[in-house]
Amino acid sequence: MPAVELTNVCRRFHEVVAVDQIHLAIRRGEFFSLLGPSGCGKTTLLRIIAGLDRPDAGTVSIDGKDATEIPAHRRPVNTVFQSYALFPHLNVRENVAFGLRMKKTPRTETEPRVHRVMELVRISELGPRRPAQLSGGQKQRVALARALVNEPQVLLLDEPLGALDLKLRKELQVELHALQRRLGITFIYVTHDQEEALAMSDRIGVMNNGKLEQCGPAENAYERPRTRFVAQFLGACNLIEGIVRRCAEGRMGAETSLGEIQAEMPSPAQTRKPGERCTFAIRPERVGLMKGSEKASEINAVAARITDLIYFGAETEYQLEVAGGLRLNARVMNAGATSSPLSVGETVVVRLPPNALIVLDD
Amino acid sequence: MPPEVHRGELISLHHRAWRVVGSAGPGVLWLVLFFALPLLMIVAISFLSRGEYGTFQGPLTLENYRRLAGFGLLGFEPLYPIIVLRSLALGLGTAVLCLLAALPLAFFIARLSRPFKNLALILVVIPFWTNLLIRTYAWQMLLGPGSWITQAAVWLGVIAPGESLYPGAVAVYLCMVCDFLPFMVLPLYASVEKLDWSLVEAAMDLGANRFEVFRHGILPQIRPGFAAGSVLVFLPATGQFVIPDLLGGAKTVMLGNALQQQFGPGLDWPFGSAIAVVSLALVMIALIVLVRKSGEKDLEIL
Repeated sequence: MPAVELTNVCRRFHEVVAVDQIHLAIRRGEFFSLLGPSGCGKTTLLRIIAGLDRPDAGTVSIDGKDATEIPAHRRPVNTVFQSYALFPHLNVRENVAFGLRMKKTPRTETEPRVHRVMELVRISELGPRRPAQLSGGQKQRVALARALVNEPQVLLLDEPLGALDLKLRKELQVELHALQRRLGITFIYVTHDQEEALAMSDRIGVMNNGKLEQCGPAENAYERPRTRFVAQFLGACNLIEGIVRRCAEGRMGAETSLGEIQAEMPSPAQTRKPGERCTFAIRPERVGLMKGSEKASEINAVAARITDLIYFGAETEYQLEVAGGLRLNARVMNAGATSSPLSVGETVVVRLPPNALIVLDD
Repeated sequence: MPPEVHRGELISLHHRAWRVVGSAGPGVLWLVLFFALPLLMIVAISFLSRGEYGTFQGPLTLENYRRLAGFGLLGFEPLYPIIVLRSLALGLGTAVLCLLAALPLAFFIARLSRPFKNLALILVVIPFWTNLLIRTYAWQMLLGPGSWITQAAVWLGVIAPGESLYPGAVAVYLCMVCDFLPFMVLPLYASVEKLDWSLVEAAMDLGANRFEVFRHGILPQIRPGFAAGSVLVFLPATGQFVIPDLLGGAKTVMLGNALQQQFGPGLDWPFGSAIAVVSLALVMIALIVLVRKSGEKDLEIL
């Protein structure tokens, strides 16, 4: 039974459709990320699960029970807000104990639970401080403790690391991930940071314009994006347009500005008819570069000129221009001193491995 | 200490001194001449006693304060303590009623969309365009015998047939609340407008019921407006005497009347000064208590 199940959930604000017919089942104990650009409806969806917003249509069930009509304060979920929303008139300990106090938990039980959770997120020494006296990272931990102390079935996190600097964010990502593994609580994590989503999640739901574009394991979202949007939102991606020539036996051939290109098609559902338009996607790190101006005889190889290169230390990004005018990006690991450097203006052979070319749905 | 740098100018100490005198001087002079000195005189006079024809004379005495506390020529009679208490009660009652009326109104206005919001704020302030006395006389007519409000009150069984709402306590409080409401609504509105609703949602998310949501999610945030509004209503309402006089049937003496009585027809400046000093002290005490209770920050909104 899924921890949270959304069926045909819709929410519109006046003319704007914030959440558009979302079907989604989140498994018990998983770290699920809702990823998308700002304004894509991911926070609205989270608020609907929390009970802080009502869907115009559709149902929300939590732990198998229909929760659509249950108000926020009686749902077995807790939220870590983007702004932390700590009560300024209460100290850290009182903030953490708030949920238990509201549920009239006896004092003998409250104290050890508050103590334990404050130890868990490492804020034990902050007890008597007011939120105004805390740093961003500390506030974040208090907000987390305040939600976790209630032992929710699902923890909702709305861009909890968004306001922190990069270094702290990386640290807390690791901690949050470990915490989730340890507690086994279902986490639903809203973020617009694709690296964060990839690093932490078991599964990712990519949202755009209120729709769930793709939902699946983190590697899948990156390795096998299904739409143009997912391909470009999760990391950089080269797109190549073409017209289908042949399509059989898990292989597709298409005519593109690079000439004839062949791609592997792992899913038979993607079969196309000859003559149809199609789009290939390929990650820059999967693009192969070889010295030499001779066009190799093998498939998917084409000559290109290096127009620019950016050295990142561990890797180098090359901007390439193919004969037909198409521009491609390639990222090459700087593996050792032996690799002779390529320079701007040089002509190289670009190889696009058939198993690295992804055929997009749109 | 680093030297003070005045951007774009090099000026001598001499110049600076003149600048201070030129900018702050007139205001300070005004306050000293027309506020501090008269106040000191009032305090001094309150320790003298009344001479013939309204003059005052020595020696220094505490007689005026004894009389104010209720120890007169005829033994203990708490006439003035009662007046003080009555005035404080009027101020407090008005403040509480204004708060009850203003709180929902402030939320209502804050949630309106932009053009309606401005309109509502103008409507709140509009009563000030009419003179207080005229408004008070209008209430006399509205609440007098035979008015439709009185008839409605009779019909509803609030008052017996033949009676009317004016003169009486109902009329006084009605008029007081109407007069002082804007002083409560505006600061409260300023607080509600800035309300961080995520705290309300956090409280809801953590299982708080409606009352607890208000207590922890809203109240701490609107306390500055709450404190400012209470001061703005309580202070003038305590000293108010025209409205109780005109609508209360001229039977009840308030601090204001008592004061005016002594300085005017009573020709007893020393005793009047004592009343002024005591009421000033009470107000100061009330303010200090409020500041202590709610933290200094809350009064910045004033």
